[in-house]
Amino acid sequence: MIDFRLEKRLNFAEGGQQLDVEIQLEKGQFVTLYGKSGAGKTSILRMLAGLLRPDAGHIGVQGQQWYDYQKNIFLSPQKRQLGFLFQDYALFPNMSVRENLLFALPKDQPDAIIAELIELMELRELQNRRPNRLSGGQQQRVALARALVQKPPLLLLDEPLSALDQEMRLKLQEYLLEIHQKYGLTTILVSHEPNEILRLSDTVYVIEQGQLVNTCTPQELFSDTVSQSFSCIGKIISLFEEEGQVKLKLLVQEQIILHRVAKAKARGWAVGQEVEVELDFSSIRVKKSK
Amino acid sequence: MMDWQPLSLTFRLAFVTTILLFIIAIPLAYWLAYVKNRVKPVIETLISMPLVLPPTVLGFYLLLAFSPNNAFGQWLDASLGLRLVFSFEGLVIGSLLYSLPFMVHPIQSGFANLSPSLKEAAYILGKSRWTTLTKVLLPNIRPSLLTGIVLSFAHTIGEFGVVLMIGGNIPGQTKVASITIYDEVESLNYAAANTYSLILFVITFCILLLVYLVNGGHVKSYWK
Repeated sequence: MIDFRLEKRLNFAEGGQQLDVEIQLEKGQFVTLYGKSGAGKTSILRMLAGLLRPDAGHIGVQGQQWYDYQKNIFLSPQKRQLGFLFQDYALFPNMSVRENLLFALPKDQPDAIIAELIELMELRELQNRRPNRLSGGQQQRVALARALVQKPPLLLLDEPLSALDQEMRLKLQEYLLEIHQKYGLTTILVSHEPNEILRLSDTVYVIEQGQLVNTCTPQELFSDTVSQSFSCIGKIISLFEEEGQVKLKLLVQEQIILHRVAKAKARGWAVGQEVEVELDFSSIRVKKSK
Repeated sequence: MMDWQPLSLTFRLAFVTTILLFIIAIPLAYWLAYVKNRVKPVIETLISMPLVLPPTVLGFYLLLAFSPNNAFGQWLDASLGLRLVFSFEGLVIGSLLYSLPFMVHPIQSGFANLSPSLKEAAYILGKSRWTTLTKVLLPNIRPSLLTGIVLSFAHTIGEFGVVLMIGGNIPGQTKVASITIYDEVESLNYAAANTYSLILFVITFCILLLVYLVNGGHVKSYWK
Protein backbone atom coordinates (compact mmCIF):
# COMPACT_ATOMS: atom_id res chain seq x y z
CA MET A 1 0.00 0.00 0.00
CA ILE A 2 1.17 3.46 -0.90
CA ASP A 3 -0.07 6.45 0.98
CA PHE A 4 1.04 10.02 0.50
CA ARG A 5 0.10 13.61 1.07
CA LEU A 6 2.20 16.25 -0.59
CA GLU A 7 2.25 20.01 -0.23
CA LYS A 8 4.48 22.16 -2.36
CA ARG A 9 4.57 25.73 -3.56
CA LEU A 10 5.20 25.47 -7.31
CA ASN A 11 6.64 28.33 -9.31
CA PHE A 12 5.89 28.49 -12.99
CA ALA A 13 6.50 31.20 -15.54
CA GLU A 14 2.81 32.17 -15.33
CA GLY A 15 3.01 32.53 -11.55
CA GLY A 16 2.93 30.25 -8.56
CA GLN A 17 0.37 27.81 -7.28
CA GLN A 18 -0.07 25.63 -4.25
CA LEU A 19 0.04 21.88 -4.76
CA ASP A 20 -1.79 19.88 -2.12
CA VAL A 21 -2.70 16.29 -2.94
CA GLU A 22 -3.49 13.24 -0.86
CA ILE A 23 -3.74 9.78 -2.45
CA GLN A 24 -3.84 6.15 -1.24
CA LEU A 25 -3.05 3.27 -3.56
CA GLU A 26 -3.37 -0.47 -3.15
CA LYS A 27 -0.57 -2.77 -4.22
CA GLY A 28 -0.96 -3.86 -7.84
CA GLN A 29 -2.94 -0.83 -8.99
CA PHE A 30 -2.20 0.93 -12.26
CA VAL A 31 -3.29 4.54 -11.85
CA THR A 32 -3.08 7.68 -13.94
CA LEU A 33 -2.51 11.25 -12.87
CA TYR A 34 -4.52 13.21 -15.40
CA GLY A 35 -4.69 16.94 -16.00
CA LYS A 36 -3.46 19.86 -18.03
CA SER A 37 0.25 20.51 -18.24
CA GLY A 38 1.34 22.67 -15.34
CA ALA A 39 -1.25 21.10 -13.02
CA GLY A 40 1.52 19.57 -10.92
CA LYS A 41 1.42 15.93 -12.08
CA THR A 42 5.12 15.65 -12.84
CA SER A 43 5.96 17.41 -9.59
CA ILE A 44 4.06 14.70 -7.71
CA LEU A 45 6.13 11.98 -9.40
CA ARG A 46 9.34 13.87 -8.71
CA MET A 47 8.44 14.25 -5.04
CA LEU A 48 7.65 10.53 -4.80
CA ALA A 49 11.04 9.77 -6.33
CA GLY A 50 12.87 12.13 -3.97
CA LEU A 51 14.01 14.41 -6.80
CA LEU A 52 11.98 17.29 -5.38
CA ARG A 53 11.52 18.03 -1.72
CA PRO A 54 7.94 18.74 -0.61
CA ASP A 55 7.16 21.62 1.75
CA ALA A 56 5.05 19.39 3.97
CA GLY A 57 3.22 16.05 4.10
CA HIS A 58 4.30 12.42 4.20
CA ILE A 59 5.04 9.46 1.92
CA GLY A 60 4.68 5.87 3.08
CA VAL A 61 5.36 2.92 0.79
CA GLN A 62 4.59 -0.59 2.01
CA GLY A 63 5.09 0.33 5.63
CA GLN A 64 8.31 2.23 4.99
CA GLN A 65 8.44 5.97 5.68
CA TRP A 66 10.08 7.77 2.71
CA TYR A 67 9.19 11.23 3.80
CA ASP A 68 7.65 12.74 6.88
CA TYR A 69 7.70 16.45 7.45
CA GLN A 70 6.85 16.21 11.13
CA LYS A 71 9.46 13.56 11.92
CA ASN A 72 11.97 15.24 9.60
CA ILE A 73 12.44 12.12 7.48
CA PHE A 74 13.56 12.51 3.88
CA LEU A 75 14.98 9.51 2.06
CA SER A 76 17.31 10.34 -0.82
CA PRO A 77 16.35 8.99 -4.29
CA GLN A 78 19.11 6.38 -3.90
CA LYS A 79 17.33 4.82 -0.93
CA ARG A 80 13.84 4.66 -2.44
CA GLN A 81 12.88 1.43 -4.15
CA LEU A 82 11.28 2.57 -7.37
CA GLY A 83 11.61 2.66 -11.13
CA PHE A 84 11.22 5.92 -13.05
CA LEU A 85 10.65 6.34 -16.76
CA PHE A 86 11.57 9.75 -18.12
CA GLN A 87 10.04 11.42 -21.12
CA ASP A 88 13.50 11.75 -22.71
CA TYR A 89 14.42 8.13 -21.79
CA ALA A 90 17.58 9.23 -19.88
CA LEU A 91 19.71 6.41 -21.22
CA PHE A 92 23.42 6.87 -20.57
CA PRO A 93 24.92 7.69 -23.99
CA ASN A 94 28.37 6.40 -23.05
CA MET A 95 27.10 2.86 -22.41
CA SER A 96 25.65 0.22 -24.68
CA VAL A 97 22.15 -1.14 -24.08
CA ARG A 98 23.56 -4.03 -22.09
CA GLU A 99 25.90 -1.79 -20.11
CA ASN A 100 22.98 0.49 -19.26
CA LEU A 101 21.19 -2.51 -17.75
CA LEU A 102 24.30 -3.80 -15.98
CA PHE A 103 24.90 -0.36 -14.48
CA ALA A 104 21.51 -0.63 -12.77
CA LEU A 105 22.38 -4.01 -11.25
CA PRO A 106 23.39 -3.82 -7.56
CA LYS A 107 26.71 -5.50 -6.82
CA ASP A 108 25.29 -8.35 -4.77
CA GLN A 109 22.45 -9.24 -7.11
CA PRO A 110 22.75 -12.10 -9.64
CA ASP A 111 22.63 -10.99 -13.27
CA ALA A 112 19.94 -13.46 -14.39
CA ILE A 113 17.44 -10.59 -14.40
CA ILE A 114 19.41 -8.88 -17.20
CA ALA A 115 18.98 -11.82 -19.56
CA GLU A 116 15.34 -12.11 -18.57
CA LEU A 117 14.61 -8.45 -19.31
CA ILE A 118 16.56 -8.52 -22.57
CA GLU A 119 14.39 -11.44 -23.61
CA LEU A 120 11.12 -9.91 -22.38
CA MET A 121 11.71 -6.51 -24.00
CA GLU A 122 13.10 -8.11 -27.19
CA LEU A 123 16.42 -6.33 -26.94
CA ARG A 124 18.72 -9.19 -27.87
CA GLU A 125 19.62 -7.78 -31.29
CA LEU A 126 20.15 -4.32 -29.87
CA GLN A 127 22.09 -5.08 -26.72
CA ASN A 128 25.50 -3.99 -27.98
CA ARG A 129 24.31 -0.77 -29.57
CA ARG A 130 24.70 2.68 -28.10
CA PRO A 131 21.45 4.57 -27.34
CA ASN A 132 22.06 7.13 -30.11
CA ARG A 133 21.73 4.32 -32.65
CA LEU A 134 18.25 3.34 -31.45
CA SER A 135 14.83 4.67 -32.39
CA GLY A 136 12.70 6.43 -29.76
CA GLY A 137 10.58 3.34 -29.16
CA GLN A 138 13.63 1.12 -28.79
CA GLN A 139 15.21 3.59 -26.39
CA GLN A 140 12.11 3.65 -24.22
CA ARG A 141 12.06 -0.16 -24.16
CA VAL A 142 15.65 -0.12 -22.90
CA ALA A 143 14.76 2.52 -20.32
CA LEU A 144 11.84 0.40 -19.15
CA ALA A 145 14.07 -2.67 -18.86
CA ARG A 146 16.64 -0.64 -16.95
CA ALA A 147 14.01 0.68 -14.53
CA LEU A 148 13.05 -2.92 -13.71
CA VAL A 149 16.51 -4.38 -13.11
CA GLN A 150 16.26 -3.74 -9.36
CA LYS A 151 12.73 -5.20 -9.27
CA PRO A 152 11.18 -2.16 -7.63
CA PRO A 153 7.66 -2.48 -6.21
CA LEU A 154 6.70 0.96 -7.55
CA LEU A 155 7.01 2.19 -11.12
CA LEU A 156 6.60 5.87 -12.02
CA LEU A 157 5.97 6.81 -15.65
CA ASP A 158 6.31 10.48 -16.63
CA GLU A 159 4.55 10.74 -20.01
CA PRO A 160 6.79 7.97 -21.27
CA LEU A 161 5.15 7.56 -24.67
CA SER A 162 4.53 11.18 -25.61
CA ALA A 163 7.49 11.41 -27.97
CA LEU A 164 6.57 8.27 -29.90
CA ASP A 165 4.37 7.67 -32.91
CA GLN A 166 1.04 5.90 -32.66
CA GLU A 167 2.25 2.44 -33.65
CA MET A 168 5.13 2.51 -31.18
CA ARG A 169 2.80 3.68 -28.44
CA LEU A 170 0.50 0.73 -28.88
CA LYS A 171 3.45 -1.63 -28.80
CA LEU A 172 4.89 -0.07 -25.67
CA GLN A 173 1.52 -0.08 -23.96
CA GLU A 174 1.57 -3.86 -24.38
CA TYR A 175 4.99 -4.07 -22.79
CA LEU A 176 3.87 -1.85 -19.93
CA LEU A 177 0.81 -3.99 -19.23
CA GLU A 178 2.85 -7.17 -19.44
CA ILE A 179 5.52 -6.11 -16.99
CA HIS A 180 3.00 -4.52 -14.65
CA GLN A 181 1.27 -7.90 -14.29
CA LYS A 182 4.35 -10.09 -14.43
CA TYR A 183 6.23 -8.26 -11.68
CA GLY A 184 3.19 -7.34 -9.57
CA LEU A 185 4.02 -3.66 -9.77
CA THR A 186 2.14 -0.66 -8.51
CA THR A 187 2.33 1.80 -11.35
CA ILE A 188 1.65 5.54 -11.49
CA LEU A 189 1.38 7.04 -14.96
CA VAL A 190 1.29 10.70 -15.89
CA SER A 191 -0.58 11.09 -19.15
CA HIS A 192 -3.23 13.05 -20.97
CA GLU A 193 -3.78 10.56 -23.78
CA PRO A 194 -7.30 9.09 -23.45
CA ASN A 195 -6.31 5.96 -25.44
CA GLU A 196 -3.42 5.22 -23.21
CA ILE A 197 -5.32 5.88 -20.01
CA LEU A 198 -8.28 3.72 -21.02
CA ARG A 199 -6.04 0.88 -22.05
CA LEU A 200 -3.62 0.86 -19.13
CA SER A 201 -5.04 2.19 -15.93
CA ASP A 202 -7.75 1.16 -13.49
CA THR A 203 -8.12 4.48 -11.66
CA VAL A 204 -7.67 8.08 -12.73
CA TYR A 205 -6.83 10.96 -10.41
CA VAL A 206 -7.74 14.25 -12.02
CA ILE A 207 -5.42 17.06 -10.93
CA GLU A 208 -6.30 20.68 -11.57
CA GLN A 209 -4.14 23.57 -10.45
CA GLY A 210 -2.42 21.50 -7.83
CA GLN A 211 -5.59 20.00 -6.33
CA LEU A 212 -7.10 16.55 -6.66
CA VAL A 213 -10.54 17.30 -8.08
CA ASN A 214 -11.83 13.87 -9.06
CA THR A 215 -11.10 10.17 -8.59
CA CYS A 216 -12.79 7.81 -11.02
CA THR A 217 -12.33 4.99 -13.49
CA PRO A 218 -11.07 5.86 -16.98
CA GLN A 219 -14.44 4.83 -18.44
CA GLU A 220 -16.25 7.29 -16.19
CA LEU A 221 -13.81 10.06 -17.02
CA PHE A 222 -14.18 9.77 -20.76
CA SER A 223 -17.85 8.74 -21.01
CA ASP A 224 -18.93 12.36 -20.47
CA THR A 225 -16.93 13.52 -23.40
CA VAL A 226 -18.32 11.08 -25.99
CA SER A 227 -20.20 13.04 -28.62
CA GLN A 228 -21.93 12.37 -31.88
CA SER A 229 -19.22 14.02 -33.95
CA PHE A 230 -15.71 15.21 -33.61
CA SER A 231 -13.59 17.75 -35.33
CA CYS A 232 -9.91 18.08 -35.89
CA ILE A 233 -7.42 20.07 -37.89
CA GLY A 234 -6.31 18.79 -41.30
CA LYS A 235 -3.82 20.08 -43.79
CA ILE A 236 -4.43 20.47 -47.52
CA ILE A 237 -1.80 18.53 -49.41
CA SER A 238 -3.28 18.95 -52.86
CA LEU A 239 -6.29 20.58 -54.50
CA PHE A 240 -7.54 20.86 -58.07
CA GLU A 241 -10.76 21.69 -59.86
CA GLU A 242 -12.84 18.99 -61.38
CA GLU A 243 -16.34 19.32 -62.84
CA GLY A 244 -17.17 22.51 -61.04
CA GLN A 245 -15.98 21.20 -57.72
CA VAL A 246 -12.70 21.28 -55.91
CA LYS A 247 -11.08 17.96 -55.11
CA LEU A 248 -9.08 18.03 -51.90
CA LYS A 249 -6.48 15.70 -50.51
CA LEU A 250 -6.22 16.26 -46.75
CA LEU A 251 -3.78 15.01 -44.19
CA VAL A 252 -5.73 14.31 -41.02
CA GLN A 253 -3.93 12.66 -38.11
CA GLU A 254 -1.43 10.82 -40.28
CA GLN A 255 -4.15 9.66 -42.68
CA ILE A 256 -5.02 10.96 -46.11
CA ILE A 257 -8.64 11.79 -46.79
CA LEU A 258 -10.12 12.61 -50.20
CA HIS A 259 -12.98 15.09 -50.23
CA ARG A 260 -14.85 17.41 -52.63
CA VAL A 261 -16.22 20.81 -51.81
CA ALA A 262 -18.08 23.42 -53.86
CA LYS A 263 -15.87 25.75 -55.83
CA ALA A 264 -17.17 28.84 -54.07
CA LYS A 265 -16.36 27.44 -50.67
CA ALA A 266 -12.78 26.69 -51.53
CA ARG A 267 -12.01 30.16 -52.81
CA GLY A 268 -8.65 31.29 -51.48
CA TRP A 269 -7.64 27.89 -50.17
CA ALA A 270 -4.12 26.78 -50.89
CA VAL A 271 -1.86 23.79 -50.46
CA GLY A 272 -0.36 23.70 -46.97
CA GLN A 273 -3.28 25.56 -45.42
CA GLU A 274 -4.95 24.14 -42.34
CA VAL A 275 -8.68 23.45 -42.37
CA GLU A 276 -11.14 22.19 -39.83
CA VAL A 277 -12.45 18.71 -40.55
CA GLU A 278 -15.66 17.66 -38.89
CA LEU A 279 -16.73 14.06 -38.93
CA ASP A 280 -19.89 12.46 -37.66
CA PHE A 281 -21.51 9.13 -38.28
CA SER A 282 -22.76 9.95 -41.76
CA SER A 283 -20.69 12.72 -43.27
CA ILE A 284 -17.55 14.75 -43.44
CA ARG A 285 -17.54 18.53 -43.53
CA VAL A 286 -14.55 20.71 -44.21
CA LYS A 287 -14.45 24.37 -43.37
CA LYS A 288 -11.94 27.14 -43.06
CA SER A 289 -9.92 26.85 -39.89
CA LYS A 290 -10.09 29.73 -37.41
CA MET B 1 73.64 26.82 -30.21
CA MET B 2 69.99 26.91 -29.34
CA ASP B 3 69.06 26.87 -25.64
CA TRP B 4 66.19 24.45 -25.11
CA GLN B 5 65.77 25.21 -21.43
CA PRO B 6 63.13 27.98 -21.77
CA LEU B 7 61.00 25.73 -23.96
CA SER B 8 61.20 22.72 -21.67
CA LEU B 9 60.42 24.99 -18.70
CA THR B 10 57.40 26.39 -20.53
CA PHE B 11 56.03 22.92 -21.21
CA ARG B 12 56.77 21.74 -17.70
CA LEU B 13 54.85 24.72 -16.34
CA ALA B 14 51.94 24.16 -18.72
CA PHE B 15 51.84 20.45 -17.91
CA VAL B 16 51.85 20.86 -14.11
CA THR B 17 49.32 23.71 -14.30
CA THR B 18 46.95 21.74 -16.52
CA ILE B 19 46.96 18.67 -14.29
CA LEU B 20 46.33 20.70 -11.14
CA LEU B 21 43.65 22.78 -12.87
CA PHE B 22 41.85 19.67 -14.06
CA ILE B 23 41.62 18.40 -10.49
CA ILE B 24 40.51 21.79 -9.12
CA ALA B 25 38.10 22.68 -11.93
CA ILE B 26 35.90 19.57 -11.89
CA PRO B 27 34.42 20.12 -8.40
CA LEU B 28 34.28 23.87 -9.02
CA ALA B 29 32.47 23.48 -12.37
CA TYR B 30 30.15 20.87 -10.86
CA TRP B 31 29.22 23.27 -8.08
CA LEU B 32 28.68 26.15 -10.50
CA ALA B 33 26.57 24.03 -12.85
CA TYR B 34 24.29 22.41 -10.28
CA VAL B 35 24.11 24.54 -7.17
CA LYS B 36 21.92 27.60 -6.81
CA ASN B 37 23.44 29.96 -4.34
CA ARG B 38 23.54 33.65 -3.58
CA VAL B 39 27.33 33.86 -3.68
CA LYS B 40 27.52 32.03 -7.01
CA PRO B 41 27.58 35.17 -9.21
CA VAL B 42 30.47 36.52 -7.17
CA ILE B 43 32.46 33.30 -7.55
CA GLU B 44 31.70 33.21 -11.28
CA THR B 45 32.92 36.77 -11.64
CA LEU B 46 36.13 36.06 -9.77
CA ILE B 47 36.84 33.03 -11.94
CA SER B 48 36.26 35.05 -15.11
CA MET B 49 38.37 38.04 -14.03
CA PRO B 50 41.61 36.78 -15.64
CA LEU B 51 39.83 36.91 -19.01
CA VAL B 52 39.60 40.69 -18.91
CA LEU B 53 42.16 41.84 -16.33
CA PRO B 54 45.64 42.79 -17.61
CA PRO B 55 47.94 39.93 -16.51
CA THR B 56 50.22 42.52 -14.94
CA VAL B 57 47.49 43.41 -12.45
CA LEU B 58 47.15 39.81 -11.36
CA GLY B 59 50.94 39.48 -11.27
CA PHE B 60 51.31 42.69 -9.27
CA TYR B 61 48.97 41.58 -6.50
CA LEU B 62 50.49 38.12 -6.40
CA LEU B 63 53.90 39.75 -6.10
CA LEU B 64 52.69 41.78 -3.16
CA ALA B 65 51.03 38.78 -1.52
CA PHE B 66 53.99 36.44 -1.97
CA SER B 67 56.66 38.97 -1.01
CA PRO B 68 58.62 37.90 2.09
CA ASN B 69 58.14 41.44 3.37
CA ASN B 70 54.44 40.75 3.81
CA ALA B 71 52.60 38.83 6.50
CA PHE B 72 51.27 36.20 4.07
CA GLY B 73 54.64 35.75 2.37
CA GLN B 74 56.38 35.45 5.74
CA TRP B 75 53.84 32.91 6.92
CA LEU B 76 54.31 30.82 3.74
CA ASP B 77 58.07 30.89 4.21
CA ALA B 78 57.98 30.13 7.91
CA SER B 79 55.31 27.43 7.98
CA LEU B 80 55.60 25.72 4.60
CA GLY B 81 59.09 26.77 3.57
CA LEU B 82 57.64 28.15 0.33
CA ARG B 83 59.23 31.06 -1.47
CA LEU B 84 56.71 31.93 -4.16
CA VAL B 85 58.36 35.04 -5.57
CA PHE B 86 60.84 34.36 -8.36
CA SER B 87 60.36 30.61 -8.15
CA PHE B 88 58.78 27.86 -10.26
CA GLU B 89 56.17 27.13 -7.57
CA GLY B 90 55.11 30.77 -7.66
CA LEU B 91 54.70 30.56 -11.41
CA VAL B 92 52.47 27.50 -11.03
CA ILE B 93 50.19 29.36 -8.60
CA GLY B 94 50.05 32.38 -10.88
CA SER B 95 49.27 30.18 -13.88
CA LEU B 96 46.53 28.34 -11.98
CA LEU B 97 44.71 31.61 -11.35
CA TYR B 98 45.44 32.98 -14.79
CA SER B 99 44.17 29.90 -16.70
CA LEU B 100 41.35 28.94 -14.34
CA PRO B 101 38.48 30.21 -16.54
CA PHE B 102 39.83 28.29 -19.53
CA MET B 103 39.40 25.04 -17.64
CA VAL B 104 36.28 25.84 -15.62
CA HIS B 105 34.10 27.33 -18.35
CA PRO B 106 34.10 24.42 -20.84
CA ILE B 107 33.54 21.86 -18.08
CA GLN B 108 30.77 23.94 -16.51
CA SER B 109 28.92 24.30 -19.79
CA GLY B 110 29.47 20.60 -20.47
CA PHE B 111 27.67 19.74 -17.22
CA ALA B 112 24.96 22.33 -17.85
CA ASN B 113 24.24 20.95 -21.32
CA LEU B 114 23.70 17.40 -20.12
CA SER B 115 20.06 16.48 -19.68
CA PRO B 116 19.28 16.69 -15.93
CA SER B 117 17.46 13.38 -16.22
CA LEU B 118 20.79 11.53 -16.66
CA LYS B 119 21.89 12.48 -13.17
CA GLU B 120 18.42 11.83 -11.76
CA ALA B 121 18.18 8.43 -13.45
CA ALA B 122 21.50 7.41 -11.90
CA TYR B 123 20.37 8.55 -8.44
CA ILE B 124 17.13 6.60 -8.75
CA LEU B 125 19.18 3.53 -9.69
CA GLY B 126 20.81 3.93 -6.29
CA LYS B 127 24.12 5.35 -7.49
CA SER B 128 26.04 7.75 -5.24
CA ARG B 129 27.02 11.24 -6.34
CA TRP B 130 30.61 10.07 -6.85
CA THR B 131 29.65 7.08 -9.01
CA THR B 132 27.25 9.25 -10.98
CA LEU B 133 30.00 11.81 -11.57
CA THR B 134 32.68 9.34 -12.63
CA LYS B 135 30.58 6.80 -14.51
CA VAL B 136 27.84 8.92 -16.06
CA LEU B 137 28.54 12.67 -16.08
CA LEU B 138 32.26 12.90 -16.87
CA PRO B 139 32.25 10.23 -19.63
CA ASN B 140 29.46 12.12 -21.35
CA ILE B 141 31.26 15.47 -21.39
CA ARG B 142 34.56 14.21 -22.83
CA PRO B 143 34.66 16.87 -25.56
CA SER B 144 34.31 19.60 -22.91
CA LEU B 145 37.06 18.02 -20.79
CA LEU B 146 39.34 17.87 -23.82
CA THR B 147 38.59 21.50 -24.68
CA GLY B 148 39.32 22.58 -21.10
CA ILE B 149 42.60 20.67 -20.94
CA VAL B 150 43.88 21.93 -24.26
CA LEU B 151 42.84 25.55 -23.80
CA SER B 152 44.44 25.72 -20.35
CA PHE B 153 47.61 24.13 -21.66
CA ALA B 154 47.85 26.47 -24.64
CA HIS B 155 46.95 29.50 -22.58
CA THR B 156 49.66 28.73 -20.01
CA ILE B 157 52.21 28.44 -22.80
CA GLY B 158 51.23 31.93 -23.92
CA GLU B 159 51.58 33.47 -20.49
CA PHE B 160 53.79 36.56 -20.25
CA GLY B 161 52.64 39.34 -17.96
CA VAL B 162 52.05 37.27 -14.83
CA VAL B 163 55.36 35.44 -15.24
CA LEU B 164 57.26 38.66 -15.74
CA MET B 165 55.80 40.20 -12.60
CA ILE B 166 56.26 37.34 -10.14
CA GLY B 167 58.83 35.13 -11.83
CA GLY B 168 61.33 37.48 -13.28
CA ASN B 169 63.95 36.02 -15.55
CA ILE B 170 65.92 33.29 -13.79
CA PRO B 171 67.26 30.68 -16.26
CA GLY B 172 65.94 27.18 -15.46
CA GLN B 173 63.64 28.57 -12.77
CA THR B 174 61.34 31.15 -14.24
CA LYS B 175 62.71 32.05 -17.67
CA VAL B 176 59.99 30.62 -19.89
CA ALA B 177 59.89 30.83 -23.69
CA SER B 178 57.73 33.94 -23.91
CA ILE B 179 60.13 35.86 -21.64
CA THR B 180 63.11 34.57 -23.59
CA ILE B 181 61.63 35.89 -26.84
CA TYR B 182 61.21 39.32 -25.27
CA ASP B 183 64.77 39.15 -23.99
CA GLU B 184 66.24 38.23 -27.35
CA VAL B 185 64.40 41.04 -29.08
CA GLU B 186 65.63 43.49 -26.46
CA SER B 187 69.19 42.49 -27.27
CA LEU B 188 68.40 42.69 -31.01
CA ASN B 189 68.93 38.98 -31.45
CA TYR B 190 66.09 38.55 -33.95
CA ALA B 191 67.18 35.17 -35.28
CA ALA B 192 66.92 33.49 -31.88
CA ALA B 193 63.61 35.28 -31.13
CA ASN B 194 62.28 34.00 -34.41
CA THR B 195 63.24 30.40 -33.67
CA TYR B 196 61.44 30.40 -30.31
CA SER B 197 58.45 32.22 -31.74
CA LEU B 198 58.12 29.85 -34.66
CA ILE B 199 58.28 26.80 -32.40
CA LEU B 200 55.58 28.20 -30.11
CA PHE B 201 53.45 29.19 -33.11
CA VAL B 202 53.61 25.75 -34.70
CA ILE B 203 53.02 23.85 -31.47
CA THR B 204 50.01 25.90 -30.33
CA PHE B 205 48.56 25.74 -33.84
CA CYS B 206 48.81 21.95 -33.81
CA ILE B 207 47.28 21.65 -30.34
CA LEU B 208 44.27 23.80 -31.20
CA LEU B 209 43.85 22.10 -34.58
CA LEU B 210 43.69 18.78 -32.79
CA VAL B 211 40.81 20.01 -30.59
CA TYR B 212 38.81 21.24 -33.54
CA LEU B 213 39.42 18.03 -35.47
CA VAL B 214 38.42 15.79 -32.60
CA ASN B 215 35.45 17.78 -31.32
CA GLY B 216 34.27 18.49 -34.84
CA GLY B 217 34.08 14.76 -35.50
CA HIS B 218 36.80 14.78 -38.18
CA VAL B 219 38.89 12.28 -36.30
CA LYS B 220 37.22 9.03 -35.45
CA SER B 221 38.15 8.58 -31.86
CA TYR B 222 36.99 6.78 -28.80
CA TRP B 223 34.94 9.62 -27.42
CA LYS B 224 32.59 9.84 -30.36
